[in-house]
Amino acid sequence: MNNNADKIIKIDGVDVPFKDGQTIMDAALAADIYIPHLCHKPGLSPHGSCKLCTVDVNGRPASSCTMPASEGQEIANNTPALNEVRKSITQMLFIEGNHLCPSCEKTGDCTLQAIGYHLGMLDGHFPQFYPRREVDASHGSLVLDRDRCIMCELCVRASRECDGKNVFTISGRGTNRHLIVNSDSGKLVDSDIELEDMAAHICPVGAILIKDHGYEVPIGRRTFDIHSVAETDLDDVILTKVRHHDE
Amino acid sequence: MNQQHSDHLLHLLHAHQRQHHFISDQAMIDIASRLKLPRAQVEAVTEFYSFFSRKPRGRFDILFSNCTSCGDAVLMQELCDRLGIKAGETRHDGVVSITDTSCIGMCDHGVSALINDRPLHSIDSNKISQIAALVEAEKPLDAWPTEWFEIDNHIQRTDLLLSTPFEAGSALKVMRDESIDETLEKIRYSDLRGRGGAGFSTAQKWKFCRETEEETRYVICNADEGEPGTFKDRLLLTSHANTVFEGMAVCARIINAKQGYIYLRAEYRYLLDSLEATLAARRKDGLLGNAILGIEGFDFDIAIVVGAGAYICGEESALIESLEEKCGNPRIRPPFPVISGYLGKPTVVNNVETLAAAAGIVLHGERWFRGAGTWQSRGTKILSISGDCCKAGIYEYPFGVTINDILNDCGAERTQAVQIGGPSGTLIDASHFDHCIAFEDLATGGSFMIFDDSRDLLQVIRNFTHFFAHESCGFCTPCRVGTTLMKNGMDKVCSGHGTAHDLDELKSTAALVSRRSHCGLGITAPNPIRDGLKNFPELFEQRLLHQKMEPEFNLDASLEEARQLTQRDDAEAHL
Amino acid sequence: MSKVRVGTTSLGGCFGCHMSFLDMDERIVGLMEHVEFTRSPINDIKHCEPCDIGLIEGALCNADNVHVLKEFRENCKIIIAVGACAINGGVPAMRNHFSLQECLEEAFLDEIGVDNPHIPNNKELPLLLSKVHPIHEVVKVDYYLPGCPPPADAFVKVLTDLLEGKEPSLPKEMLHYD
Repeated sequence: MNNNADKIIKIDGVDVPFKDGQTIMDAALAADIYIPHLCHKPGLSPHGSCKLCTVDVNGRPASSCTMPASEGQEIANNTPALNEVRKSITQMLFIEGNHLCPSCEKTGDCTLQAIGYHLGMLDGHFPQFYPRREVDASHGSLVLDRDRCIMCELCVRASRECDGKNVFTISGRGTNRHLIVNSDSGKLVDSDIELEDMAAHICPVGAILIKDHGYEVPIGRRTFDIHSVAETDLDDVILTKVRHHDE
Repeated sequence: MNQQHSDHLLHLLHAHQRQHHFISDQAMIDIASRLKLPRAQVEAVTEFYSFFSRKPRGRFDILFSNCTSCGDAVLMQELCDRLGIKAGETRHDGVVSITDTSCIGMCDHGVSALINDRPLHSIDSNKISQIAALVEAEKPLDAWPTEWFEIDNHIQRTDLLLSTPFEAGSALKVMRDESIDETLEKIRYSDLRGRGGAGFSTAQKWKFCRETEEETRYVICNADEGEPGTFKDRLLLTSHANTVFEGMAVCARIINAKQGYIYLRAEYRYLLDSLEATLAARRKDGLLGNAILGIEGFDFDIAIVVGAGAYICGEESALIESLEEKCGNPRIRPPFPVISGYLGKPTVVNNVETLAAAAGIVLHGERWFRGAGTWQSRGTKILSISGDCCKAGIYEYPFGVTINDILNDCGAERTQAVQIGGPSGTLIDASHFDHCIAFEDLATGGSFMIFDDSRDLLQVIRNFTHFFAHESCGFCTPCRVGTTLMKNGMDKVCSGHGTAHDLDELKSTAALVSRRSHCGLGITAPNPIRDGLKNFPELFEQRLLHQKMEPEFNLDASLEEARQLTQRDDAEAHL
Repeated sequence: MSKVRVGTTSLGGCFGCHMSFLDMDERIVGLMEHVEFTRSPINDIKHCEPCDIGLIEGALCNADNVHVLKEFRENCKIIIAVGACAINGGVPAMRNHFSLQECLEEAFLDEIGVDNPHIPNNKELPLLLSKVHPIHEVVKVDYYLPGCPPPADAFVKVLTDLLEGKEPSLPKEMLHYD
C-alpha cells in the first residue's frame, strides 16, 4: 500500500486524504469540498491573488490554492467568520471595478456574481471607485472590457500554459493595475489570439467576451440560474457552455 | 560576466528616460525586440515602477519627497507655484516637471528632492526661490551650488560595526584558513539575525541554501532601503561598502555562489559610481573574480542592478522578480528563495547591514558580536533617527537600548510618539518609551521617526496610508483595494468628515487587510491605523462628527462641474 | 393596531422596481391590511411624512435626488435600498465612464438633430452630480434588496419579514443582481 494514501488533512473537522504535491485546494476539490475561489482553475498554475480561498490553517491564514497540504493541518473553511471575510473581499472586487450586472452580457454566467450569491452578498458595502478603464473592441470576434476585469490572470496563464502564446499581461501597480495585450499596438486585433484559444473563453467575469453572442440563454436557464458556484465539478459546465456559444 | 549589466531592462528603460524624458510606445517596442522580451512585459514594467513615465517629464525632473521626515507638501507646492505647474504635471515648454515621491532616504537632511536622480537637501523657502531661478535659467546641475548636493552621513553614535576599521580582504583571509563549516559555525554561534526587521537566523538561511542540490546559487544584497525614515544603508554603502561586499563574498563562499547582485534602490543611484569603483578595486586586488585570494574554485563576482521606484521590491521575492526584469510582484511562498530564488535557483537575500555584520563576525569572531545586545537579539543595530530631535542621523546601539535613552541621546523633547521601524513597524506613545529595541520587543529595520507634541499625528498616519496605497503592487485583492479604502477613510477622518461609523469601517478593513494579504506589505500596511487607534484613540475621536453618517463624497463639490457647465450659482445649485 | 407606514420613491431609476413591486398582484390586497402608503408614486403624494419603512429605487444622479433621499432618511425608521441602481449605481452609473461635460455635450450640443444646441440651465432643473452614486454613500441604509428589478416575491418576503418583526432575509433563489 502506498504511504501517500494514508495522509490526511482535516477540513472543518472532516478527514480529507491528500497526496504529496497537492495543495489544500487540490485535496478539497478531489473530496468534493468547496472552497470559494476566483483566480484558481485546475490545470493552470496556482496564483493565490484573489484571496477568496483564504482559510485558517491551524489558526494561521493561508491561501488554500497555493498552500501545500501537509499532515497535521487542521483547516477552518466553511465558517461564518471566513465567509464574512470572503464576502468583504468579493465586495472589494465589485466596487473597485464597474460591475453593473444588468448591463453585462456575462450576467447569469458570471462566477464573481455567483460567488456573491453564494456568500449572500446584497450590496457593495464600500464606496464605489468607479474607475475609468479602456475598452478594446478592435478584434473581430472578441471584446476586452477592462471595467469588469478582476485581475485574476486566468487569461494570462491560460494563454501561456494552455495556448502556448503570451497574449495577456497585467500592467501597472496598485489600483492602477490593468490587463494589457502583447501586440505592438497593444490592441487585441493585432495579437495572435484565436477564438479557439482557452484564453478567449476562460474569463470568469465579463471582461473577455465573444462578440455577437450576448444574452442568448434566457433568464432562468443560465449557468447560475441552475447551478450553484459551490458545485465542485462546475468548471466543465462553464467552459462547455461558453464554448458552445461560438459553434 | 556582465558587471555593468547595461542590458538589464530596468537599466535600458532608465537610460532611455534620462535621454528622452519618457518611454514612448516605439521605445517599448524597440527595447522589447533588443532584449527579446514580450512587448507587453516592457510596458508592464514601465508602468509598474514609478520612476518611469510614458508621458514626457521635464528636462529638470524633480521628485519631491513626501515622507514625514524628508518631505514637505507645502514647500513642494511653493516650488510648483513659482514654476507655474501643478504637481504631477510637466510644464508645456518641457523644462520642468515636479512629482511627489516616497521617502528618498534623506531624512537626516531636512526637506529633500531628487532632481535628475541627484538628491538636493535642506530645502527651505529661500532655497525654493533659488531652485526656481536656476530651473528657469536652465542652468545645468553641475553649475548649481555644489554644497547643495553634498551629503553628510551624520554619524552620531558608533559601536561594533561602525567603530571597528575594516580592511578589504581581511575577513576573506581569515576564512581562507578555516573550513567552510567552521566559518558557518562562527556565524551560527554569533546568533546573527537578519537586520531587515524580520530577524531570521542568517546562518540558518545560508545553511538551507547550501544544502540544496542545485549547482548554481546566488547571493543578493538587498539595498532597496525603501522604508520611510531609513537611511542607514546609504551610510553603509558610502563608507563601508567593502565590508558589505566582503559579507557577500563570505556568503558566496559558504553557499558556493558564483554570482552576487546588489539591488540598489533607484533613489540611491547617485552611489552607483563609487560602488562600481569599489568593486573594480576589489577585482584588481583579487577579492572578486576567479580564484579569490588564490583559493581554488572560489570564483565570485558582483553586479549592481538599480531599481526604479518601488517599495515592494524590498520584499525579497519581489526583488528577485525585479532582478528578472519583471514587475515586482511578490511570489507565492513556499518555495522560499533559499530553495527557488533568482532564475529558480537557490538564493540568499540579505540586508546590507546583515552582510556587513557577517563580514565583521568572520574577521573578529563570534564573541566580538555575541557580547553585545540581548539574549535573543545579539549584536548591535544601526538606527536612522529623524523627525523632531536636535541631532538626526545614524546611531549604532547594542540591542536592548530603551526608547527613552535614544530620545535623550538625540535631543528629542516633548515627544508625542515614535514610529519604530517605519510605517510598516510600530507607532508607540510615551507609555512605551521604556521598551527597548530588540527582536523580542520593538523590532526594526532601522527607521526611527520622532514626532513631538506639535505634530498632527493623524496627518502622519494619513501620510503613511497614502504611502501604502501608492506602493501596493496590487497583486492580491485585500491589499490592492484595502490600502486605497484605508487611504480614503483616513482622508475623510482627517478632514473632519469622519464619524464613529467610519472608524469602525477603518478598523474592520485594517483587520482584513493585515490578516488576508499576500505579503508583508499588506500585512503591515494597516499598522499605522491600528496602532493609532490603539495608542491615540482620543486624537481620532476629537476629529469626529457626532452624527450617524456623513456622505462619502463632498455633495456640494460634486455639483461644481455642473455649475460651471450651466453657469449657475443660485441657491438651488448648491447642496 | 395601526398600520405600518411605507413610503417609496424612485431617484435616478426607471421605475422598474416599482413595476416589479406591483407585480405582486393580488397579494398587495393582503399587504394593504397591514401597511399604508405615505409618499409614493403609487398614490402621487409628493412629500414624505414620518413613516416606518422607506423603499428607495434608483441612483443619486442630481441634486434633487439628494434632497429626496435625505427627506426619506429623516422621516423613515428603516431605509431599504431597492434594486441595482440604488445599490451600486446600476445603469445610470454607466455615465461615470465619461465626464459630465462629455455627457451634456453629447446630449445637447453634438447629437445629430439637436435643435438650438445649448446646455439647459433653467433654475427649475436640478443640477447633475459629477458622478452617479449609490444611495448608501450619502445616507445610512438599513437593508438591501438587490435585483434589476428585484422580483415581486422578494418585496413580499422582505416586507413580510419586517412586519413580523424579523430580520429580513432573502432565500437564494430570490437573490440576483440582474
